[in-house]
Amino acid sequence: MSPFIALLVRDVRLAIRVGGGALMGALFFLIVVTMTPFAIGPDLALLARIGPAILWLGALLASLLALDRLFATDYEDGSLDLLMMGPLPLELSVATKAIAHWLTTGLPLVVIAPMLGLMLNVELKATGWLALTLLAGTPALTFIGLIGAALAVALRRGGLLLAVLVLPLTVPVLIFGVAAAHGAIAGPTPFGPPFTILCALSLASFVLGPIAAAAALRHGLE
Amino acid sequence: MPIVDLANPTRFLALVNRILPWLIAATAILFAVGLFRAMNAPDDYQQGATVKIMFLHVPAAWLGMFGWALMSVAALGTLVWRHPLADVAAKAAAPIGAAFTFICLVTGSLWGRPTWGTYWVWDARLTSMLVLLVLYFGVLALYWTAEEPGRGARAAAILSLVGAVNLPIIKFSVDWWNTLHQPASVFRMGGSTIDPAILAPLLIMALAFTFLFVTLHLAVMRNEILRRRVRSMRLIQAQELHA
Repeated sequence: MSPFIALLVRDVRLAIRVGGGALMGALFFLIVVTMTPFAIGPDLALLARIGPAILWLGALLASLLALDRLFATDYEDGSLDLLMMGPLPLELSVATKAIAHWLTTGLPLVVIAPMLGLMLNVELKATGWLALTLLAGTPALTFIGLIGAALAVALRRGGLLLAVLVLPLTVPVLIFGVAAAHGAIAGPTPFGPPFTILCALSLASFVLGPIAAAAALRHGLE
Repeated sequence: MPIVDLANPTRFLALVNRILPWLIAATAILFAVGLFRAMNAPDDYQQGATVKIMFLHVPAAWLGMFGWALMSVAALGTLVWRHPLADVAAKAAAPIGAAFTFICLVTGSLWGRPTWGTYWVWDARLTSMLVLLVLYFGVLALYWTAEEPGRGARAAAILSLVGAVNLPIIKFSVDWWNTLHQPASVFRMGGSTIDPAILAPLLIMALAFTFLFVTLHLAVMRNEILRRRVRSMRLIQAQELHA
């Protein structure tokens, strides 16, 4: 088994087994979306209009919540040091960890998004497009968050610091994600341009995130 | 004096102490001239006297962005060349840059009320500038939470390089998106669109703000070096007490 596959399988396994908390993000997502109508009232027309925004905001917060686990547990039990000395370049190992993290926290959000969309009065055929925008955008959230998680573990801090560091960098993802979702549902704006920019953001953060995160780990844990 | 010589903090402190009074005097004179010229500048034919807010707003915006650019260059100094003063420079620039960005947002808000009819709109230029302020807060939070200065400095250096993505977004936001904020009018192809009677005080004010930034920056750097010396002296003292 190549080191890449081995690391991927290990991280996915750790996340989905007891204590891994893989589905916590999806559960949190469900709760955020459930709380919103209590706060703004059950007006279906209003919910349909702001539904995509609520879903995107919920997905953003849910993926942020799970970021703490990306490096913290590996740092505590020492396996992060082994990874840094292992056969894979550090950039590739942190990228692998981020992919595993996205598979266990980002992908569940995409899967349950159509159901939550229905609860927010988004039309049935539009929910698929909405999930597609999340599929294209959540990798960017994970890979931008990767930088914050690496910085936080290098400083032995997490929680709120992570949110303060990561959230401003995710503003473009949120803007173009919601724009694409609105375009897909009904809005006067087209779906194509914001969606392609969203894909571009994911690809760019896929390249830059692991480099910055590896640099943060190297400088922080030396 | 080459920049390598300045790596010695003592030599740097000596230089700062020598030039700081001159810088303070130059800043005061530039502000006096700039504010006087700004007061006497003609009113705008549409906006009236509110256009004078520009003399504070525009330089503050430039310096807010300059602060982040300075931090990014200093970040390279920290990560690549390990220049001992680079992280002091970056740390000193963060609160000053944040303050200028804040001044830019507040003056812009006060200017927006009479001219646009609202204190705040969520358009691209304003939003990206607000993101810059939040990014500054993120860097400051990193410095506050780091127990050891060196570790916080390297983390902040990486964050400033990542956050530098925002600078071109701020600069070109008025061209890429259709916004309420006016497009670039001072530095543009084909010359400035601003009347010389207003442009001249604006540039003097920009120079004054730049001198203010440099003066404050050097003073804060000096304080930071002294603070670190105090810190290491205390550590040594504590170790001697234990021994």
